[in-house]
Amino acid sequence: MKRHLLSINDLTYDDAVLILDTAAELAKISDAPVKKLPTLRGRTVVNLFFEDSTRTRISFEAAAKRLSADVINFSAKGSSLSKGESLKDTALTLQAMGADAVIIRHSASGAPARLADQQWMTGSVINAGDGTHEHPTQALLDAFTIRKHLRPENKDLTGVKVAIVGDILHSRVARSNVLLLTKLGAEITLVAPPTLLPVGVENWPAKVAFGLDAVVADSDVVMMLRIQRERMAELFFPSEREYSRQFGLNSDRLKKLKPTALVMHPGPMNRGLEISADSADSLQSVIVEQVTNGVSVRMAVLYLLLGGAPLAAVANIESNEKVGM
Amino acid sequence: MTNVMNEGDITRALRRIAHEIIERNRGSENLVVLGIPTRGAFLSARVADLISQIEGKPIPRGTLDITMFRDDLRMRAPKPLLPTEIPAGGIENTDVILVDDVFFSGRTIRAALDALGELGRPNSVQLAVLIDRGHRELPIRADFVGKNIPTSREEIVKVHLAEIDGLDEVLIEGNA
Repeated sequence: MKRHLLSINDLTYDDAVLILDTAAELAKISDAPVKKLPTLRGRTVVNLFFEDSTRTRISFEAAAKRLSADVINFSAKGSSLSKGESLKDTALTLQAMGADAVIIRHSASGAPARLADQQWMTGSVINAGDGTHEHPTQALLDAFTIRKHLRPENKDLTGVKVAIVGDILHSRVARSNVLLLTKLGAEITLVAPPTLLPVGVENWPAKVAFGLDAVVADSDVVMMLRIQRERMAELFFPSEREYSRQFGLNSDRLKKLKPTALVMHPGPMNRGLEISADSADSLQSVIVEQVTNGVSVRMAVLYLLLGGAPLAAVANIESNEKVGM
Repeated sequence: MTNVMNEGDITRALRRIAHEIIERNRGSENLVVLGIPTRGAFLSARVADLISQIEGKPIPRGTLDITMFRDDLRMRAPKPLLPTEIPAGGIENTDVILVDDVFFSGRTIRAALDALGELGRPNSVQLAVLIDRGHRELPIRADFVGKNIPTSREEIVKVHLAEIDGLDEVLIEGNA
């Protein structure tokens, strides 16, 4: 694996399967009486959140703490960032404090890549969502949840039909999921009004549909995306009610789903807009479980990125080392 | 490469270990047999089967992955995790028999003791190994040993088991 996790493109097929397998083992820890492993004792993980987040930040914090790492939470509000400090100076500060990993969420696409590429820090950088670019750990936990329910005996997701519905244009979750799920063999259909599809979507490895009714009966997974009001500077659809009629998962569409199909949502949900309350709370919904699985998947990522020696040192040690038990 | 145990030797050693475990514990009332993956897990399943046969009742069994508890994690690339399966009754107040293939530095067993501590407080922990090759780096000893094999540090002891390698044998490689 690479040192950083900035995009799903940083992962090979084998890396992705390794993360899911590791997460499956770590999930058992969550059931144990003592939910703690000593693996990352003495390592420091910084949660650097420039954008609001509940789920992702808490999930990373829980994951790091279960592996015994020290966690420093840093949010833009109430820090020197509100006094105008640059990303570089923040990074140098974190380096000076000896951060082994920085988990960054930023409203600008590419901020994590800049943090990783500029040699300001020696630690790993994990992208926890950057602008409209990517959110790799969300895609990993979605893949983990799908595999657990629909392909429990398999390594990957070959043949699973996934509909990703809603604001594809602004969705980093959709981008990461298209990359990861297709890498793992799933077939993806993007469902959105044309105004909410990105330029060049015809080159993505996914089909496109302009109404939810066309795909709902045939899908194994229906992944609803949030309508992101904070990124809706322009009018992308005439009214919320019309959007809800065309693209929302309501009771009628819920009934048309296959009995085995999963309803997913990365959260936070706008109940009544993209997903009705009865769909969100139905037996087919795995939305709450996605949060639980998020902790296991993030533990796996932290373990695989931080658990061993720094990559350069590994090559050194292994060439010198005699085989031992 | 020297063959130091064949299929018959391994079967006889495990059978003797099973009897010794029952003798030491005066029966099998409170036993839980846990193997350390990969090959320790297969050996522990065989030992548990043998004890069940002798005692005429099922023995709780499982596997215990110690990867996350190793003290050399920082010195090598992260390893994939192996399955941990703890029997439904847990290990609280039981007599745990840890089973591994080769007993060497003792560091694996130290990690296993830490891993057990996270799961509960057994009444006792006993260690059964197929091969004891010496060179301990920690004050840890085995309670049941299949075969003591004096080795030099440069040699490599390889245990092959039918479940994963196709046949049972123990080999020593290196400048023997």
